[in-house]
Amino acid sequence: MTDIQSLQDPEGLVTGHELSHQVGAEVMIQITDMNKWFGSFHVLRDINLTVHKGERIVVCGPSGSGKSTMIRCINRLEEHQTGSIVVDGIELTDDVKKIDMIRREVGMVFQHFNLFPHLTVLENCVLSPIWVRKEPRRQAEERAMALLERVKIPEQAKKFPGQLSGGQQQRVAIARALCMQPKLMLFDEPTSALDPEMIKEVLDVMVQLAESGMTMVCVTHEMGFAKTVADRVVFMDGGQVVEQAPPSTFFTNPTSERTRLFLSQILKH
Amino acid sequence: MAHSDPPSSDTGFRPIPPQPPPVTVVGPVRWVRDNLLSSPLNIALTALGLYLLWLVVPPLIDWGILTADFVGSSRDDCTSGGACWVFIATRLDFFVYGFYPDAERWRVDVMFAMLAGFLVPQFLPGVSARVRKWLGIFGLTVYPVISGVLLLGGVFGLEAVETGKWGGLMLTLVLSYVGIVAALPIGILLALGRRSHMPIIRTICVLFIELWRGVPLISVLFMASVMLPLFLPEGVNFDKLLRALIGIVMFQSAYMAEVIRGGLQGLPKGQYEAASALGLGYWRATGLIILPQALKMVIPGIVNTFIALFKDTTLVLIIGLFDILGTVQASIVDPAWGRVAIEGYIFAAFCFWVFCFGMSRYSQGLEKKLHTGH
Repeated sequence: MTDIQSLQDPEGLVTGHELSHQVGAEVMIQITDMNKWFGSFHVLRDINLTVHKGERIVVCGPSGSGKSTMIRCINRLEEHQTGSIVVDGIELTDDVKKIDMIRREVGMVFQHFNLFPHLTVLENCVLSPIWVRKEPRRQAEERAMALLERVKIPEQAKKFPGQLSGGQQQRVAIARALCMQPKLMLFDEPTSALDPEMIKEVLDVMVQLAESGMTMVCVTHEMGFAKTVADRVVFMDGGQVVEQAPPSTFFTNPTSERTRLFLSQILKH
Repeated sequence: MAHSDPPSSDTGFRPIPPQPPPVTVVGPVRWVRDNLLSSPLNIALTALGLYLLWLVVPPLIDWGILTADFVGSSRDDCTSGGACWVFIATRLDFFVYGFYPDAERWRVDVMFAMLAGFLVPQFLPGVSARVRKWLGIFGLTVYPVISGVLLLGGVFGLEAVETGKWGGLMLTLVLSYVGIVAALPIGILLALGRRSHMPIIRTICVLFIELWRGVPLISVLFMASVMLPLFLPEGVNFDKLLRALIGIVMFQSAYMAEVIRGGLQGLPKGQYEAASALGLGYWRATGLIILPQALKMVIPGIVNTFIALFKDTTLVLIIGLFDILGTVQASIVDPAWGRVAIEGYIFAAFCFWVFCFGMSRYSQGLEKKLHTGH
C-alpha cells in the first residue's frame, strides 16, 4: 500500500500523456479509508482515492473486483459503511438533502443505459432539469437539443429509446446526464453492453467530453481509451485499490505483480 | 436507423431488394388450410365443430329472435313459443333504476349521459389525446362528486333520495365505479407501502393487504352490514350502501395492491437507479418513472381486477341491496310472468358482458397506444 500512496501526488501524474490539459488543485472527490460490505461480504476494503477537478480517472480490474461498487458509492447508489466520501466539499451521509445535492452535481452513465423507455429521447433529457432544477421547459429543451447535437443524434429527439441502437441509446444517456450540467461524470462500463461497431461512437463522445475539461471517473475495459484519455489509471482487485499510476507508467512499468498479470491477460490479444 | 441504409456502392455489396411473398403464404385460403384442414384429425375436428354449431346456433336464433315476442305489456303477449322479451321491455325501468322515484329518474339519466360523455370518446379514433386526457381527469375527479350530489339529492333543491331506493344497473354502476376509482389509488399506495424501507409502514400495508385478501367478499359485506352497527355507539348510523362501498373498496384495493406490486417488481433495478442518479427524489421518481411503467406493465392484471370487481358487486344482493342481477331475480319470481327466468338471466348476463367486454377492449387499446417499442 505504501508505494501506492506516493502515487497520489497529482503534480507527478499530469506529465507524459497524450491529451494535455489543466488539472486543478481543487479536490472533486476525496475517498478516505472507505469500507463496504454486502451482508457479510467485505466488498470494498480501505479505499483511498483523490480525484481533482478536471482529472480523468479510468478504473479497471477483473470482474468482481469492486470497481463498479466503488463508483456507485460516489453518488450513493451504494451505501458505504466506514470511512468517508467527500464530493465537491459535501460529505456523503444519511442526510437525504446532501445526497440529492451531490446527485445534482454528479452525472452517471450506466452499462445498460437505463433510459426511461416510456419517454422520448428529448423527454428523457429534460425530465431532471425541469423537475429537479426547476428550469423552464423551453430552456431545458434548448440545452437538451444542443447536447444531442453534440453526441450527434439530434434527429432522434422525438423517438423512443426502444427504437434506437445500443450505441445511440448510450449517447442519449450521456446527453441526459450532461443536461443536468454536472461537475463530475461517472461512467460504469459504458461500452460493455455494446456491439463492437458501436463502441467507437460512444468512446468518441467520451473523448470529446474529456477534451472539454470534464472531471470523469470511468470504469472500463477499453485500454485504448485509458491510454489516450486518462490522467491516471486505478487498478482494483479483491475490493482494494492495488495500484494507481498515469497510463504511461501503468501500462509499461506497473509496480505490482498483480497488475502485471492482469495487463498480460487483457493485452494478450 | 443508420444501419438500414444501403452501403455505398464502392464496397461492391448490393442488398437484394425485398420481394412480395408467394401467394400461398398469405390470404384466407392459406388461413383455412393452416388452421382448419392441416391434418386428418383437424379435418375431423373441424367437421365436428361445424356439426355442433349447426345443432346449437339455429335453434338459438329461432328461440331468441325468429319466434320471440318483442312488443306487448304482459305475459299474454308472449304467444309464439319463443323468448318472451316483452318481460324485459316492460321491466326495463326497474332493471335500470331500481326503486328510484319515477319523477327523479332524470337525475340517473344525467349520470348515465355524463358517463357515456367521457367514456365513449376514449374509444373513438379521431379524438385528440389532450381531449381524452381531460375527459379522463373529469371522470376520475369531478364526475363522482357531481353524480353523488345528483343521486343523493337533499341540496340545491333536489329532493333527497335515500340509498335504499337505489337499485338496478344504476346501483351496479355506482358500486363498481366507486370501487374502481377508489381501489386503484389506494392499491397503488398499499403496493408502494409494502415495498417501503420503513418497517412500520411496510408492516401496516402487509397486514392490511393480507387481512382483506384473506377473507371472502361475502363475509366482508356481512360484517359491514350486520356486525359493524353492533360495534357503533347507539344512534350512530352509517348508510348501508356506504358501508358496502367501503367494504368493496378495502377488499379490492388489497387485490389491486398485489397486482401493482407485481409491476413494481418487474421493473429493472436500473430504472430506479437512473432516476436516483438524476437527483429525482422518491416521489418524483415514483410518479414520473416508476409508476407509469409499472402500471403499464400490469394493465391486464388491473383490468382483470376491475372486471372481477364489476361482477362481484352482485354480492350486495345478500345484504339487501338490489343491483341489476338482484332486480332481475326479484322480477322472475313474479307469478304473473310465469317462466321468464332464462330471458331475465340472459339479459343480466348480456349487461355484464357489455361492460366487461368494453373494459377489456379499452385496456387492449391502451396497451397498444402505450407501447413504445421495448
